[in-house]
Amino acid sequence: MSELNNAKAELINYLADSLLILGHRNGEWTGIGPVIEEDIAFGSMAQDKVGQARQLYELLHSDFGYSEPDTFAFTRTAEQFKCPQLVELPIGDYAFSLMRHFLFDQADLIRFEMLSSSSFVQLNQFANKFKGEIKYHVFHANTWIKQLSKATDESKIMLQTALDALWPYAFAMFEPGPNDALLIENGVFDGEKALYDKWFETISTLLNTYQLNIPNISDETIGRGGRYGYHTEYLQPLLTEMTEVFTIDPSAEW
Amino acid sequence: MENISLDPRFQRAKLPELDEEVILNASDSFVTFEVFHQKKKGTHHSHVGIVHAPNAEMAMVFAKEQFARRGATSNLWIVESSNVLAMDYTDSDIFDTTPDKQHREAGIYKTRDKIEKYQAELPNTKQD
Repeated sequence: MSELNNAKAELINYLADSLLILGHRNGEWTGIGPVIEEDIAFGSMAQDKVGQARQLYELLHSDFGYSEPDTFAFTRTAEQFKCPQLVELPIGDYAFSLMRHFLFDQADLIRFEMLSSSSFVQLNQFANKFKGEIKYHVFHANTWIKQLSKATDESKIMLQTALDALWPYAFAMFEPGPNDALLIENGVFDGEKALYDKWFETISTLLNTYQLNIPNISDETIGRGGRYGYHTEYLQPLLTEMTEVFTIDPSAEW
Repeated sequence: MENISLDPRFQRAKLPELDEEVILNASDSFVTFEVFHQKKKGTHHSHVGIVHAPNAEMAMVFAKEQFARRGATSNLWIVESSNVLAMDYTDSDIFDTTPDKQHREAGIYKTRDKIEKYQAELPNTKQD
């Protein structure tokens, strides 16, 4: 595989792993969401993410010679996953899950907007296909955060606590990819730095509007390394649970 | 009674003793919103049900998943239920004789013959 193709595959792999792991995490709220309507909404968005991941794994399989989506998704160990640590953290309380959803999905929206003009045709087709789903995810996240930020003192404190805990991990989500320069040069993707700048502009405006404080980052190493296989202790148990059924009989036809 | 459910809603809830008076404030409970669904742009919105939410925007978030998760959708409307003026059911006698007014049904008029006769008299423009 050429160097550029390698870079494209790594990018798709990173995107797909992020979506799969966050989709799985958010799916853990199914049946225990705060109200029934929200339970359904959050579960549906989790399904959307797993569905997007599956389509990206298909592309890795069809165009880059990777193994079948199920095999690739379900037979790797934690250190073979490229997702940022942000998405693998346990669900916490609902404020924590909502805040992660808010921080991640805003980045997801901007990322796929950038990819909608990618020179890599298959990827910009996906970007156009996913854009409506992601738009709702962001509408959902922003509406909830806005609502809870002005509801009660308790809800506001819970949001701020979640934001403080998640902020370094959100920042670390934008660690440079291994091939950003090559991807930028070939018009595939504008790179994590450009993405971070746009994300920070949007997120800080929203947080100011909701009167939530943007935390300082004292240690920039927190949450980094996910894209390079360095994960928290929480990823492997997630993978063990996610692959529980698959590993009973990996050759089963579904 | 100590509730040992793992459900976070029960873990958080502190239910009042039964002999306490329960006073509900407007902000303690969600408002009811009516949801209207439009399948295709240009067609009418149909009432499909209700959602409970603290405001219209949150109702829209919920309605999308409650009523637009399958099949085609082009638009949703959210209307607070208290803004709907409904007629009293005891006044439905207003409509008692309406089904008898057949002259208001287009179907009862026999016009096909007249239309065909008129068309036959028109100059034939197709050969131009």
